[in-house]
Amino acid sequence: MAQQILLKNSDVPGLASFEVYRKLGGYASVEKTLKNFTPDQVTDEVKKSGLKGRGGAGFPAGMKWSFLDKSTSNPRYFVCNFDESEPGTFKDRHIGQLNPHQLIEGMILGSYALGARTSYIYIRGELFYVLRIIEKAIEEAYANGFLGKNILGSGYSLDLYCHPGAGAYICGEETALIESLEGKRGNPRIKPPFPAIVGLYDCPTVVNNVETIANLPWIMNNGAEAYAAIGVGNSKGTKLISACGHINKPGIYEIELGLPVEEFIYSDEYCGGIRNGNKLKAVVAGGSSVPILPAELILKTAKGEPRLMSYESLAEGGFETGTMLGSGGFIVMDETTCIVKNLLTFSRFYHHESCGQCSPCREGTGWMERILHRIENGHGTMKDIDLLVSISKHIEGNTICPLGDAAAWPVASAIRHFRQEFEDHVKLQKCPLSK
Amino acid sequence: MQNNTNISEFNTETLELVNRIISRYPEGRQKSAILPVLHIAQSENSGWLSSETMDYVASLLQIQPIEVYEVASFYSMFNLQPVGNCMIEVCQTGPCWLNGAEDILAHFEKRLGIKPGETTADGQFSLKAVECLAACGNAPVIQVGIEYHEKMTTGKADELLEKWQSENKCSHTNPYL
Repeated sequence: MAQQILLKNSDVPGLASFEVYRKLGGYASVEKTLKNFTPDQVTDEVKKSGLKGRGGAGFPAGMKWSFLDKSTSNPRYFVCNFDESEPGTFKDRHIGQLNPHQLIEGMILGSYALGARTSYIYIRGELFYVLRIIEKAIEEAYANGFLGKNILGSGYSLDLYCHPGAGAYICGEETALIESLEGKRGNPRIKPPFPAIVGLYDCPTVVNNVETIANLPWIMNNGAEAYAAIGVGNSKGTKLISACGHINKPGIYEIELGLPVEEFIYSDEYCGGIRNGNKLKAVVAGGSSVPILPAELILKTAKGEPRLMSYESLAEGGFETGTMLGSGGFIVMDETTCIVKNLLTFSRFYHHESCGQCSPCREGTGWMERILHRIENGHGTMKDIDLLVSISKHIEGNTICPLGDAAAWPVASAIRHFRQEFEDHVKLQKCPLSK
Repeated sequence: MQNNTNISEFNTETLELVNRIISRYPEGRQKSAILPVLHIAQSENSGWLSSETMDYVASLLQIQPIEVYEVASFYSMFNLQPVGNCMIEVCQTGPCWLNGAEDILAHFEKRLGIKPGETTADGQFSLKAVECLAACGNAPVIQVGIEYHEKMTTGKADELLEKWQSENKCSHTNPYL
């Protein structure tokens, strides 16, 4: 059994209540940290742990904190990104729903480290029932002296609030999230300046993903070295993988980074193999935006080495033959899957979610959706396939935020690895796999 | 349609909630409360935001009406046209599609006799195709109000429809209460 940091007590009844959480050792890290650590020491600890941002980009969390502008007397803000919306990703919901106090405990540690006096949890609007669970947990934390004025007599005070979104994938991009939190449309900002300098209300701000923050109590309880001892290479710690699609056991798994992909897919401890004894066709390993890989390349790298569930191993081979760990949204497709149709649903998603600010993304995502619709329905031409590649290249890198890249990569990679299937649609003038 | 009513103003209890929400943001930053307040206003106005409702929200937050319109029109959870009493939202993105979301949507279309974006003639049901609801492990998934219904089957859809019909289900309830 892998080390469990985030799911350890998931099965304990009533874990979402303060009483149960506290009995299991909850909030001990706050007691320890406020007493024995300065804020900068907490940041150092997180840096040393090697914890990377778990939202998808994988940027080292401690380093992100260290960019915070501490030279002004402006308030500083710590914001939790709970806008979980990347297709295939459903891990943060699990934390918020079953273990909200671990997120709150992490919010207190992060806020203390950054010197924030007011912090927000920005949660996607569709998850209002989770927001209510978290708000109840926040109330309990206030009632027990872990939030509010002068926490545990330390002199440190913190207010924590939930803020609902209202249906916009783009608000998972941190500057769009900040705009949204300010009460505006979720249009990403041009960076620099980065939020660490000019963030919420023009004040220094750090935005971290739910899972990143939920790791902090364990790191402060057990030390950075213990955390860094888990995992492989520069992929430290555990990672929640939300597995879905054509597997026998879809669900959320906490793995130690470095687990072989083959074991993750086929072992009964994890996905339990492909449904109906079917053959594996393809995997999107880190949420819909990362490149899709055919079975042979997700199980083994182009060099023939076993592919591991780690930042480095999944990226091995670059985008030619590799992909990304991303958010940990692991979408498995069996031999019955039409790659073109699956891609069409992704492209429709990105077209729907483009904020419309940059023309390559606003127009390009719509073109890609329409061309894919044409090909899937038997009206495509061979030129359309090249046109898709061309559009994806013209979107990539030409937009303010990464949504453009996120829309381009699935298209480029599907054609790179499954071109024959696109051509078959054109030749047959229909989907070869349609019922 | 029974849904053309417009709220003139919130009752005392809702106003208290709104003021509590506004107080979560720094002085002068009450505009931050726009999304939560629009969620509440929509639920009180039969599930949609009329211009009168948005103007009222603008007055509560002491901002210009255009600031509310531009936000309301950006976020997909806000309906700018009247909707049925019970809005059924069916996820259609990749992971749900892989697990039969098209069959679920088609089943609702057939049972209700409407297409996504439409409302039944009696004003009871609206159907909406939505993008990823982040519950892909239990695909296919639908949302009704703040409830998720997961691992959907056509049989489960029939059971739910029957239940909603018999209880005259309304999906527009204040999400905070």
